[in-house]
Amino acid sequence: MAALVVLDFDASGVKQPARSALAAAAKLGEVHGLIAGADVAAVAEKAAKLPGVTKILVADDPAYAHALAEPLAALIVSLAEGYDHILAAATAVGKNVMPRVAALLDVQQISDISGVEDADTFIRPIYAGNALATVKSSDKKKVITVRASSFDPVAAEGGSATIETVATAAFDDKSKYLSSELSKSERPELTAAKIIVSGGRGMQNGENFTKLIDPVADKLGAAVGASRAAVDAGFVPNDYQVGQTGKIVAPELYLAVGISGAIQHLAGMKDSKVIVAINKDEDAPIFAVADYGLVGDLFTILPELEKSL
Amino acid sequence: MKLLVPVKRVVDYNVKVRVKSDHSAVETAGVKMSMNPFDEIAVEEAVRLKEKGIATEIIAVSAGVTQCQETIRTALAMGADRGILVETDVGLEPLAVAKILKALVDKEAVDLVIMGKQAIDDDMNATGQMLAALLGWPQGTFASKIEIADGTATVTREVDGGLETVALSLPAVVTADLRLNEPRYASLPNIMKARKKTIDVIKPADLGVDPAPRLTTIAVNEPPVRKAGIKVADVAALLEKLRNEAKVI
Repeated sequence: MAALVVLDFDASGVKQPARSALAAAAKLGEVHGLIAGADVAAVAEKAAKLPGVTKILVADDPAYAHALAEPLAALIVSLAEGYDHILAAATAVGKNVMPRVAALLDVQQISDISGVEDADTFIRPIYAGNALATVKSSDKKKVITVRASSFDPVAAEGGSATIETVATAAFDDKSKYLSSELSKSERPELTAAKIIVSGGRGMQNGENFTKLIDPVADKLGAAVGASRAAVDAGFVPNDYQVGQTGKIVAPELYLAVGISGAIQHLAGMKDSKVIVAINKDEDAPIFAVADYGLVGDLFTILPELEKSL
Repeated sequence: MKLLVPVKRVVDYNVKVRVKSDHSAVETAGVKMSMNPFDEIAVEEAVRLKEKGIATEIIAVSAGVTQCQETIRTALAMGADRGILVETDVGLEPLAVAKILKALVDKEAVDLVIMGKQAIDDDMNATGQMLAALLGWPQGTFASKIEIADGTATVTREVDGGLETVALSLPAVVTADLRLNEPRYASLPNIMKARKKTIDVIKPADLGVDPAPRLTTIAVNEPPVRKAGIKVADVAALLEKLRNEAKVI
């Protein structure tokens, strides 16, 4: 039986974390994708080009416009019969919806997998990534969220799936979307960026992020991240946060600036290909995971870096 | 309005966990245990709702071993009114906990459940969503702000890329994210008072719940260790390495 992957998307197409979830699903057999939203015909066309996907299910209804958990979970449950595995990337949407699906199917979700051993057995990080558990599920159906940074995403194009329209599933109308305040940024999204420049408590304030981190990120075409300490201190919004309680990232290059390297933070970035640490404290734990460490004052190093790029 | 706040006993967040030498689990013997930090935030939010006159009673619930009573006491010292321990030695998974909580919600006629978004031991991030599903209630996960008025919970949620606000018809389940509030420290008089508050102890079977796990842990391993690299002297040396050795810029 095939695996169904619930796909996160925006106007430009299926998002990178969802393409990583497709890569995880490909290890389980035939893969179908689900696009649920309002006016999603164009996105469905794009999704049908994803390599390795044989069928795209499309649920086009205003009820799915904001990916609210209640209608979306009801839809996924209505489609569950034909699938042994139902997966989604462990994004804000996946984490919100999939446990609801699992409970409705009387299944224990397998959260945030970083590896697929076989159809029943998966590897997942526990204790903020300080241990890796291999778990085997005895449930007939598996409901899974996927740690996107652990699987190389499938390409955006190369396949030709059939498109099939599915009916809206009945749901209780007890939740309503009101509004969003999304950070406006021209920069790449944290979870999809090839390069990330992150600042910590050492940045001292939010202005220094704008003045010192942003120009370097702009030169590198990088996303800007932050440690939990910087978020807690109010320097930057929470969606900048990289770490156990924030986003898990694995870019080609991660620059940690003024970040000491708390376990909490390392849990979110230690799978990056190359890590650079810039910190004035030469004993900071971040240097223990950094490929290249530069001990010094970030207030002189960052402007110099920006000029040299 | 009656509130239920589930609290989990976990390895304290400051402890550097170690994998047991037989790779069966993480070592928890002789390790400091505390309330899951996200649950503390949930308790704090419930207490604030009571202080505002919105909540009338707060029930703190824990499911697990006898020592979970200590975790419930912490919640009582923060301001919860009474506690329930659902005692079992079975390692509980989110689905089993959600079933236990559903039974308690039904029994106690609860109007709102506030709980942590995730436990920092198994990192499952599932129990709240599962409870909402089993109850047929709406859910407001990863909350950074909760407003209760006219039978509606308006919940601002932390989502990828920013914030989202949803309106939920009560009853509902809300899960707490980091920025919802800063939990108080229990004062000594409140810790003393908490000793006199009631904790009922029941078993999963009393609620008609089979807590048997669905997942079997085959092995627990240390993650691959990342080796420290080299220190470079200056910006020029760093860029040279990034360009010519790592080839990432």
